[in-house]
Amino acid sequence: MASVSRSFLLLSIIPTILILCADFACCNTGRKTGDGLDTDFSGFSVPLEHSFEVDDVSRFRMRGALQLRGGRETSVSLSQSQLSEEDRNNLKEVAAVDGLYKIRVPRVSLTDRQTERQMDGYLTAFVRACSLVESHLSDVITLHTDVSGYLIGVSIVTIPGACRGTEVEDEVDLEAFNTTLTIIPPTNAPQPETALFIERMDIEHEKRGKPQEQKSFFAKYWMYIVPLVLFLMMSGAQDQSGVGAANGGGR
Amino acid sequence: MKPPAKMSKPTSLFVIFFSLFVMSEAVFEDQVGKFDWRQQYVGKTLFAHFDSHSQSSKKLFLATDKNIFASFNSRTGELFWRHVDKAGPEGTIDILLLHGQDALMVVGGGRLLRSWDTNMGGLNWEAVLDTGSFQAACFVAMQDTVKHVAVLKKAAISLHYLTNGHQKWVENLPDSDTVQYQAVYSGGEEEVYVLGVVPNSHLTIIAYSLEDGEIIKQRSVEAPWLSSVESSCVVVGHGVLMCVDTATLALYALPIQSLDLEVSPGFQPVLVSSQPHPARSPISEFFLQLGPDHHVLLQLNADGYTIAPLRDFQPAFLVSFSTTGEKTVAAVMTPKNETVKKKKNVACAINLFSADSGRRLLDTTVIFPLDLNGGKPFKLYVHAFLKKDDSVGYRVLVQTQDHALTFIQQPGRVVWTREEALADVVTMEMVDLPLTGTQAELEGEFGKKADGLFPMVLKRLSSQVILLQAWLAHLWKLFYEARKPHGQVKNEVTIETLSRDEFNLQKMMVMVTASGKLFGIDSKSGSILWKHYLENVQPNAVFKLIVQRTTAHFPHPPQCTLLIKDKDTGLASLHVFNPIFGRKSHIAPPALPRPILQSLLLPVIDQDYAKVLLLVDDQYKVTAFPSTKNVLQQLQEMASSIFFYLIRSDQGNLSGFRLRKDLSTERIWEVVLPTEVQKIVAVNGKRPNEHVHSQGRVMGDRSVLYKYLNPNLLAVVTESTDAHPERAFVGVFLVDGVTGRIIHEAVQRKARGPVHFVHSENWVVYEYWNTKSRRNEFSVLELFEGTELYNSTVFSSLDRPHLPQVLQQTYIFPSPITTMEATLTEKGITSRHLLVGLPSGAILSLPKMFLDPRRPEVVTEHSREENLIPYAPEMPIRTEWFINYNQTVARVKGIYTAPSGLESTCLVVAYGLDIYQTRVYPSKQFDVLKDDYDYVLISSVLFALFFATMISKRLAQVKLLNRAWR
Repeated sequence: MASVSRSFLLLSIIPTILILCADFACCNTGRKTGDGLDTDFSGFSVPLEHSFEVDDVSRFRMRGALQLRGGRETSVSLSQSQLSEEDRNNLKEVAAVDGLYKIRVPRVSLTDRQTERQMDGYLTAFVRACSLVESHLSDVITLHTDVSGYLIGVSIVTIPGACRGTEVEDEVDLEAFNTTLTIIPPTNAPQPETALFIERMDIEHEKRGKPQEQKSFFAKYWMYIVPLVLFLMMSGAQDQSGVGAANGGGR
Repeated sequence: MKPPAKMSKPTSLFVIFFSLFVMSEAVFEDQVGKFDWRQQYVGKTLFAHFDSHSQSSKKLFLATDKNIFASFNSRTGELFWRHVDKAGPEGTIDILLLHGQDALMVVGGGRLLRSWDTNMGGLNWEAVLDTGSFQAACFVAMQDTVKHVAVLKKAAISLHYLTNGHQKWVENLPDSDTVQYQAVYSGGEEEVYVLGVVPNSHLTIIAYSLEDGEIIKQRSVEAPWLSSVESSCVVVGHGVLMCVDTATLALYALPIQSLDLEVSPGFQPVLVSSQPHPARSPISEFFLQLGPDHHVLLQLNADGYTIAPLRDFQPAFLVSFSTTGEKTVAAVMTPKNETVKKKKNVACAINLFSADSGRRLLDTTVIFPLDLNGGKPFKLYVHAFLKKDDSVGYRVLVQTQDHALTFIQQPGRVVWTREEALADVVTMEMVDLPLTGTQAELEGEFGKKADGLFPMVLKRLSSQVILLQAWLAHLWKLFYEARKPHGQVKNEVTIETLSRDEFNLQKMMVMVTASGKLFGIDSKSGSILWKHYLENVQPNAVFKLIVQRTTAHFPHPPQCTLLIKDKDTGLASLHVFNPIFGRKSHIAPPALPRPILQSLLLPVIDQDYAKVLLLVDDQYKVTAFPSTKNVLQQLQEMASSIFFYLIRSDQGNLSGFRLRKDLSTERIWEVVLPTEVQKIVAVNGKRPNEHVHSQGRVMGDRSVLYKYLNPNLLAVVTESTDAHPERAFVGVFLVDGVTGRIIHEAVQRKARGPVHFVHSENWVVYEYWNTKSRRNEFSVLELFEGTELYNSTVFSSLDRPHLPQVLQQTYIFPSPITTMEATLTEKGITSRHLLVGLPSGAILSLPKMFLDPRRPEVVTEHSREENLIPYAPEMPIRTEWFINYNQTVARVKGIYTAPSGLESTCLVVAYGLDIYQTRVYPSKQFDVLKDDYDYVLISSVLFALFFATMISKRLAQVKLLNRAWR
């Protein structure tokens, strides 16, 4: 229930955020889902929350709003505000103690009707706070969906990802997120390529030239068989005549 | 005659060529059994019969819970033959009856009636029975000859001819919906009696005519105390039904107390009777078991109403009747000496008593030692026979709780023992053998701290003297045994003589069986070196065997830990032992009051070189074992870099945790696969002892394609909940176990399980059933970083922002499979093979080369350069790839691979019903000289060259000298 009321609250906040919006990430994968046709394409929005605390106890706050659009073409965009002065200092402190920067999104379905979209629970991911600071808040957030359009996982990485301990001097670098956002549906694993293989075999066969027509045994070896048969017949006839002569003689 | 000869020439050449190819791959005939061995098992005995057909018969017939009917040689314990039926309830053996040469068997809950010829083990006939659950069966005799067998089902009784299995008659039982028919009895008259009971009301006895199945008599006896005929009644004497009332402890109509018998509290009395021949009524003597170790031999008097006690046996574990000729004897097993508490020299004595008088027969005592590491005796099978002087001799088969069978002959000689627990191996590990004493002596020298120059020299000298001594002893042994025939020089392997061989090819196989018995088996010979029975292991327990310390840390003994977890409650216990000797370690394992969710072995070692085992309970608290101060300190330091994952397949939840300094945990990532779409069936990481030699693959254009070698990668396999063949799918998720990042997500459409898969190096191979094409298919996924490495020095899941390239290819496999594993070698240089267990019992060694997603569809110059096999949709099965030639492994359940000291060699153990051990050489034996290597030739060539240089040198000198004189 809490999450539902939060999303109502969120809907009212969105216009104000949009005005503040300093940074806008968007992506569009050409995913095709056949079974999402009758749903509304208006899209909907879910909160993206983050948490970074020195004591590593999660206290999630609003970072921005994800505009999700299900249906034939799944797309996602993010509108987010700048980090406040307090947040910036806090983030730097967390980075100093090698704390974690966590984000979470609620579990939603991109294809189901509005009422059933939200399920309880969140998907959580993290990145080291220091790498976020050192990359000047340039992060890559990836949302993963399963075959039926449920969000199953979220991941966050920063580019570059390493923590080298370099100090970020300029406060301005830590004001706005430079976010790349993608949504990745599952890839279809290939089936055995039988058709192509047979085609290739056929081509190869043709290349080799047509094999000689299968002649019958006799057609192939008549030149050997005929003399042999003739020879046998001749010798047999001779024998028989000889036997006959002998018999005749006996009588 | 010319033309056919001409024709056959190319084919014969081809055959020769092909056979050469075959020979180079497979085992030579003389190599059979040289590197491999197989042991066949049958499982837990349910029914056992001695072949009493002829006096000198050596046969023993068993039916087991693994649906096996087998015949043993009772002199050696070897299998004569074995029939393996279908696994599961379809092949269950309900009953085994033996008469003369025929063994009658009801199979599959009353589905089939089979008759076997006990001589050869062939099937005489098989009859399909009417539906209905099986209750009982017995032989029916007419005028002293057994011609029929009666089978009682829940609602019908049928009579079958013994000669051909044809049905003589079948009758429906009256009131079968209220009366539970449980027993059938025939005493040699013209009638067959069926006994049924309405629990706590009355007993129904129906007599059927043998000729036509007509009901002759039907009686009902009031028996409000009786609930089951099967468990509390036996037929004794001339058709007297003897029942024991468990509630009021009354026997028949006579109260037990009137016979001055006391039943131990909480024990249900059991009756044991014997019917020596189906044509005659059972003997009038019977046993009444009053307590776990209290039996009474009773006799029903001729009037049929009074019972007289013949003899009281206390203590007595087990009793059994046996008949030879006209004599019936009772065998009673008693504990030999009452020092049970001392746990030393526990032995059992078996005595024979005359059944009709209860007197002990002289010279029939057999004493046999009870194995301390085995189970308690569970059942006794006695085979009595008449000796030449008309006295009774006997042999005993003792079944113990650990499923072992021991065969004992007079006078107290254990002829053989079969460890049938090994028919159900759950998990195993291979542990290196320790060094020999002398090697250890040398090693120990370096381990100790230096204490001055002089003692060091002395120590060195003394250890070298020991070495010399050992060498001389070895020489002497060789010299002494040189004249003995080869067969006699058999090195008996015992625990004392165990030592690592030159190439570490001989190892200790530690096997954990479902019954809770642990075995240590020598991998070279297959002999059982130690065994340890863990009592009170639940039948649904899950085992995980962990090697905490290997043999490499002399003088610390190696240490294995077995995690035993109850599947239902999740409560776990640890058994810590030495894998070489099987002895329980003196280290006390931690108490685990809460259910355990996950166990993980850390690379952290304590000061005694034991790896640390972390156990996570259901409150996400962590227990470390061993938990010394040193370990806890190390854990605190490393806490922020210790990550672990938990998977709850019932909720489709994968979550990651990080350890905190106070050994609590925090959840850091979460991935949820909705259970209404798909369910997680298996998760597999990589083997921690796996080495990858090559970081990449050199391609045809001389560039390098780097492998994505993430040691934290998990392969998660799911199956769709929708089972419709068009919509079913198998999902493969590659998830980073540290960050929870989904590296790859593939869906195999129109597929369903069971999925078998192997995850190793940078690849995952899985096998599934294609529902559309109705065939088994293999799919391979390979992950590459690309032509440049992101960070070539070290891999960190936290710093690898780019997703790898994933290549995948699928092939048709012409056989279903039961299990799959990859070969493993010391350094990972040798090419990999997949070992595939087939339902036929063969183990296929499939080169990984055939499962390579880079196999080109069109052959190019580059792919030829790279030695890639052109793509073919069908995977071949070549018979020479069967590593176990004709030594099939029945119902292969798992394959274990271990590296040896030789890079080329991988040790393989396949287990299921049988155990098969062998070695495989995926890239041939490139590091070993062949057996027929010509030492003579090579040395003679060397010598010849040496002398040739000497002579030519001399000649050259002479020539130079001559020239100088000129």
